[in-house]
Amino acid sequence: MTAVVSTELRAVPAGRENGERRRSNYLAKAYPLWYYLPAGLLFLVFFAIPTFASFFFSLTRWSLFDWEFIGFENFRQFLSEPQLIGSLRNTVVYAFLTSGAKVVLGMALGLLLTSQIRARGLLRSLVFFPVLVSTIGVGVMFTTMMHPTDGLINTALAVVGIEGPKWLADPQLALISVALVDIWKGVGLATVIYMAGIVAVPAEYYEAARVDGAGAWSTFRRITLPLIRPATFTVITLSLIGGLRSFDLIWAMTSGGPGFASDVIASVVYKQYQAGFYGLSTAGNVVMFLVVMLIVVPLNYFMRKAEVDQ
Amino acid sequence: MAFSRRSLLMGAGSAVPVIAITGCGGSGGGGGGTVTFLVDNNPNNIAASESLIAAFNESQTDYEFTMETRPGGTEGDNLVKTRLSTQDMPDAFSYNSGSLFQAIRPVQNLLDLSDQPWVDRLAESFPDSVSVDGKVYGVPHGGSNSGGVWYHKPTYEELGLEVPLTWDDFIANAEAAKSAGKHGVIQSYGETYTSQFLVLADFHNVATANPDFAEQYTANEVGFADDPTAFRSFEHVEQITKEGLVNEDYVSTTLEQALAYLATGEGAHYPFFASGISEIEANHPDQLEDVGFFALPGDDAATNGLTVWLPNGIYIPGTAENPEAAKAFLAFVASAEGLAAMAEGAQPTGPYMLTDVPLPDDVPTAIRELQTYFDTEGATTPALEFVSPVKGPNLENILIELGTGSIDAKTAAQRYDQDVEKQAQQLGLEGW
Repeated sequence: MTAVVSTELRAVPAGRENGERRRSNYLAKAYPLWYYLPAGLLFLVFFAIPTFASFFFSLTRWSLFDWEFIGFENFRQFLSEPQLIGSLRNTVVYAFLTSGAKVVLGMALGLLLTSQIRARGLLRSLVFFPVLVSTIGVGVMFTTMMHPTDGLINTALAVVGIEGPKWLADPQLALISVALVDIWKGVGLATVIYMAGIVAVPAEYYEAARVDGAGAWSTFRRITLPLIRPATFTVITLSLIGGLRSFDLIWAMTSGGPGFASDVIASVVYKQYQAGFYGLSTAGNVVMFLVVMLIVVPLNYFMRKAEVDQ
Repeated sequence: MAFSRRSLLMGAGSAVPVIAITGCGGSGGGGGGTVTFLVDNNPNNIAASESLIAAFNESQTDYEFTMETRPGGTEGDNLVKTRLSTQDMPDAFSYNSGSLFQAIRPVQNLLDLSDQPWVDRLAESFPDSVSVDGKVYGVPHGGSNSGGVWYHKPTYEELGLEVPLTWDDFIANAEAAKSAGKHGVIQSYGETYTSQFLVLADFHNVATANPDFAEQYTANEVGFADDPTAFRSFEHVEQITKEGLVNEDYVSTTLEQALAYLATGEGAHYPFFASGISEIEANHPDQLEDVGFFALPGDDAATNGLTVWLPNGIYIPGTAENPEAAKAFLAFVASAEGLAAMAEGAQPTGPYMLTDVPLPDDVPTAIRELQTYFDTEGATTPALEFVSPVKGPNLENILIELGTGSIDAKTAAQRYDQDVEKQAQQLGLEGW
């Protein structure tokens, strides 16, 4: 889709630019700067000021009652936590695992649900349904189902003679277990994005390919895959950012446990806030902001470039 | 154009201080002679407070008290701090004594109660936990609590065991129970805070070995990794899990399941609070006399004794609208009538902190037996969190890491010593 739009833009004749300027002059008269004031004030009070305040408080030891300026001590403290390395690794593992799985599964389901199969409408709603359920509800439900001895999953596995793993109670497996639930819950959204992308591919391309004698695989490889690239980028961006700052599901299912086995940056920050280390946890938030930027900004740049190249 | 983008931004910037968010002050106590008492939402505390308020309102005609509840745990900590810092605190509120009390800046936020008549009647161990620089800020809210080991009495009779006075005897008993097909020691990491009792309830033993531990700990002169007795409690956690004395599903077991194991005799021991009695009473009323409680044993049978959790304090904020009413209420809380009224709502979980008020007659045997420790000279010690403000937030999870075999006892103790640094610095203590 984007490819089509950008060719159109490139085709704009140079003579139109004058008209554009006249139009923006008119816009400036009809909508003076005053109109920005309410939105600008809201933005300033609720977003800009808190953001700068948090940068400031991350440099202080803050008890809500008073604060003391301590420079970068909070960042030193935060980055020297023995659990931080583990939680950084967990954050990255969790984000890339869920994002990758959502791309692959979302694409597969998208292809399946746009093909001519029975009960397509029903299947589409079934795949999307988990997206609509509250994350905390999903977390509580799966925590019960994943109980090592009494849970539904392991009792079902026991019926067929398999001794199920301990899921959330096993420090090696806890993060993966939560990631699996996240994938189950989030794949519906990825599927819908892919379905939209697949439907938008013009049918002529497929007809031409068929005339040329292309098989199902090469049709997918050479036509579908490149043309749904914008959908892939959207899914990657959304799920990666979601995964990097993921908190609610992890907190509902393991609270970062057992021990610190499934801690991510967001849960470490939350625990520090709970403990009353307000300056320190604010510094943690600044660190998280930087980590997300560090991963997402280059990724976004790369994907934009790839899109334009198309 | 009438004005530029720059002037717009400057105008907006100077307008901000005027409309900056103001605290929602002044709505604290409510008007019209009613006074509010803020208490955490533990069901027992609610029941006891309802009965207390009803009795107080009946005992006098000047003031009408009502109750407001707040969440417990760390969420409650933040709520209390926020309401104090926005001057929005009701006229009387219940909150932890000891280290958490120190963290709400008592001198700045609370009313000095040193001149109240009940101060002289306080049990010796209590005033320090609600005092700063010798000034008392709170009245004890109900009975004390203790940390130790619950045991199943019929199992002990069946196997011919005796209440252990040393850690080695305790392990021998746990092994005997395990050989009889029971869980030697129940652990319940599904409720993370329950992982801490083998360490926190061991403080009596630490303090008998080194009476100055709390002081040196506060001054950063000693830690869990380098004090031999304190370090032993970390080794205990490693020992019971490594030797397989615990229930198989201990990583996901919840408090409720753990108490069910204990009450039904599936497990022989469970290290926990004495206050677990109220859950046992609610869920297993017929087994109430099947459970007993002993102090966590250390190395020396001669110095066996109990680690005691002091009750919450009830405090009056400096911004109270009706301090006289609040003071009258606190005096009632410290009276025999007030304590009896609370006991009607929910029974106390241990002896009172007022020297002249005994426990009611109808408390379960396990709780009444605690009085023996209190009556023996030197057999009770307040838990570390009441004598030192230094307590790290991650002890429970560090112990779970240790108990699940991710790290060893030495690493766990070192990590905890590092964890408390943040709290000490936050409080601005010297030597950190």
